[in-house]
Amino acid sequence: MRSASIPVQSPAASAGATKKKMNGYVGFSNYPNQEHRRSVKRGFNFTLMVVGESGLGKSTLVNTLFESKVYPTKDSDDGAAGHTGTSSGEAGSRAVEITSVSADILENGVKLRLSVVDTPGFGDSINNEDSWRPVLENIESRFDAYLAQENRVNRSKIVDNRVNALLYFIKPTGHALRAIDIEFMKHLHTRVNLIPVIAKADTLTPREVELFKARILADINYHGIHTFKPVSDQYDDPETVADNKTIAAKIPFAVIGSEKLVRRADGQMVRGRQYPWGVIEVENEAHNDFVSLRQMLLRTHMEELRDETDVSLYESYRTQKLLALGHVQDNSVFREFNPRMQQEEEERLHAAKMSKLEAEMSAVFRQKVQEKEGKLKQSEEELYSRHQQMKSVLEKQRRDLDEKRTRLAQPDVVHTHSSAHPEHAQRMPSKDKKKRGFF
Amino acid sequence: MAAPSNESQDYVGFDTITQQMERKFLKRGFNLNIILVGESGMGKSTLVNSIFASHLVDSMGRRTAQEVIRKTTEITPVTQTLDENGVRVRLTVIDTPGFGDQCNNERCWDPVIRYIKDQHAAYLERELKPQRDRVINDTRVHACLYFLNPGSRGLRPLDVEVLKRLTEVTNVIPVIAKSDSMTVEERTVFKRHVKEEMSFHRIAVYPYPSEEDDEEDRMLNSSIKDLVPFAVVGSEEIIDVNGTPVRGRRHGWGVINIFDETHSDFVHLRNFLLRTHLSDLIEVTSQRHYEQFRTSQLRQIKEIRAQQAAAAAAGGSMPGHQMQPAAAQVPTGPLPQQPMAQV
Repeated sequence: MRSASIPVQSPAASAGATKKKMNGYVGFSNYPNQEHRRSVKRGFNFTLMVVGESGLGKSTLVNTLFESKVYPTKDSDDGAAGHTGTSSGEAGSRAVEITSVSADILENGVKLRLSVVDTPGFGDSINNEDSWRPVLENIESRFDAYLAQENRVNRSKIVDNRVNALLYFIKPTGHALRAIDIEFMKHLHTRVNLIPVIAKADTLTPREVELFKARILADINYHGIHTFKPVSDQYDDPETVADNKTIAAKIPFAVIGSEKLVRRADGQMVRGRQYPWGVIEVENEAHNDFVSLRQMLLRTHMEELRDETDVSLYESYRTQKLLALGHVQDNSVFREFNPRMQQEEEERLHAAKMSKLEAEMSAVFRQKVQEKEGKLKQSEEELYSRHQQMKSVLEKQRRDLDEKRTRLAQPDVVHTHSSAHPEHAQRMPSKDKKKRGFF
Repeated sequence: MAAPSNESQDYVGFDTITQQMERKFLKRGFNLNIILVGESGMGKSTLVNSIFASHLVDSMGRRTAQEVIRKTTEITPVTQTLDENGVRVRLTVIDTPGFGDQCNNERCWDPVIRYIKDQHAAYLERELKPQRDRVINDTRVHACLYFLNPGSRGLRPLDVEVLKRLTEVTNVIPVIAKSDSMTVEERTVFKRHVKEEMSFHRIAVYPYPSEEDDEEDRMLNSSIKDLVPFAVVGSEEIIDVNGTPVRGRRHGWGVINIFDETHSDFVHLRNFLLRTHLSDLIEVTSQRHYEQFRTSQLRQIKEIRAQQAAAAAAGGSMPGHQMQPAAAQVPTGPLPQQPMAQV
């Protein structure tokens, strides 16, 4: 069975692994197919969130992307639905709602559970300072739900409804981003894959689109906002890499949406919008970037969006949340549970503690002893010096007396003195006695 | 026996008054003040420049990332003198950059209303002077173009609030400036929604019905009212369409000619604003809005004076009215500032 050896694309990652060339067909390259079959059977989840002011064509775009009426659009003549917000008389303080619609779509045997989350009321009030908050809370609550499921004892059935991508609809002013756009993106870009989209792009000429995109990107860079970019990894073929580059260059996508079929100038029916001056086609890449958006969102980068959500966004949220709750990384839970070892461990710990205490106490004791010694020595020295002092004084007095005695012991001269002064003669021996007695 | 016709022999000739007025008008010229109210990026500057076929105002939109987003609505009047066939107009276009651009747009309309009222107040002050000029320079706002958001289902909460207040002080003409994002059906639906909501909120836009209108006027007004809000497209560019220069916009799928009535209501708006209702706008400003303002101001002055008189009669000075010594000198003194604070 000497078939040609298959060129091995080995990852350069692990330093210890050596590249090996095989001499026959082993068959593990069939693994992706097995994975594919399994995931097709299981079906996929994808949650898309759309955010933007009302009237920017969010529902229409979603319906156009998935070619099915996921959302009932607020079309022309439903007068009943018309007077919900503004005419109700409230002074423009409509709260942002979060509504979700799920649909199971089947294509070529692949089942997709698509959830679209809409945010009606976003940016529609007079005061929109906190419009972003309900959206962020919703995304984080989905993360929390997943975290709770992960921490369950039985984790076989985990339902993943985390938001995989967020399409943010920008009003086609032609100038730059508005205050509400910047506020929203700054608060949400670390929690979700942010894909900015220029809505209703049919109001801008190609040149205006170019300038507008440049200004939006400048604003995004200036404020440090992180948007989703399709990146190619090292395994992609050059064609895919080139495709990814062209798609990435078009972000933010300038799109239009339409569910209606209209007749083009040459008679053909296409999905698009009909104006008195012409027909704009949804799927014409020269007219708008819809095709690129669909390509990226559905055909090439859906898995990357899901992956990014799971690996990067969710993990960072989880870490932040757990640290905020005061969890500390405790590595002891990773070791095996063994009672004897644990007991020995405890004993060891206890002994260590005891010896430490002992050492401390002896140190303290030694210190005290030293202090006391020092003090005693000091007093001893003092006494000694005093003693010396007194001794010298006495010595001096004795010398004095000796001197006097010798003077008095001299004959004749002293007679007259001794009778006149008998006390002297008597006093002197007594002094001697005294002196002797002292020693 | 019918009265003898006096046309041939006894032609008096007072019908030449129209020519006399015209001549005076030509000599004096007139003022036209238009204020543009709308969010940034709605196409205000482009529309005004298209209507007057010259570059009058620059767009004040934020274009670079380093520029800071304005925190309040600014009022930027720009005055230019235009001349057409000997008729001079001192056109002042007042732009309102920063309106509706922040996250929190509460009271973003205050500077606008204040400006309009201030112009009324300035005119009133000059009118009340004992020695007043023969012709007072009219800075009162004659028309307000209010720019609606294309694509919304009708009026937004902000629009409702602002329109209620604006229509009380000036002639408001609602306009959709970037209407090339709406198909013809969408426009019709949008206009209908806007009209319904305006009648629901009792917002009265110009033109107002008046008893003086004759049949012709009424028909004209009703056709104008049908078109409101005007769905227009503005452009300062002249593009080449098969050899003919056309003022419009070139897309990849078609060319918009702003003068084409099937493409946009631009021609109707321009005619309405300049060719048919121009003098009416000025007159209505003077007769309706200014008079309303004047009445309320004078009434307030009278009240304050009455209060002060009562306070003086009661003996001693009342602390609250110390700051209006000027009101005592009516009518020449400056107007008390307090009443105007109520927007």
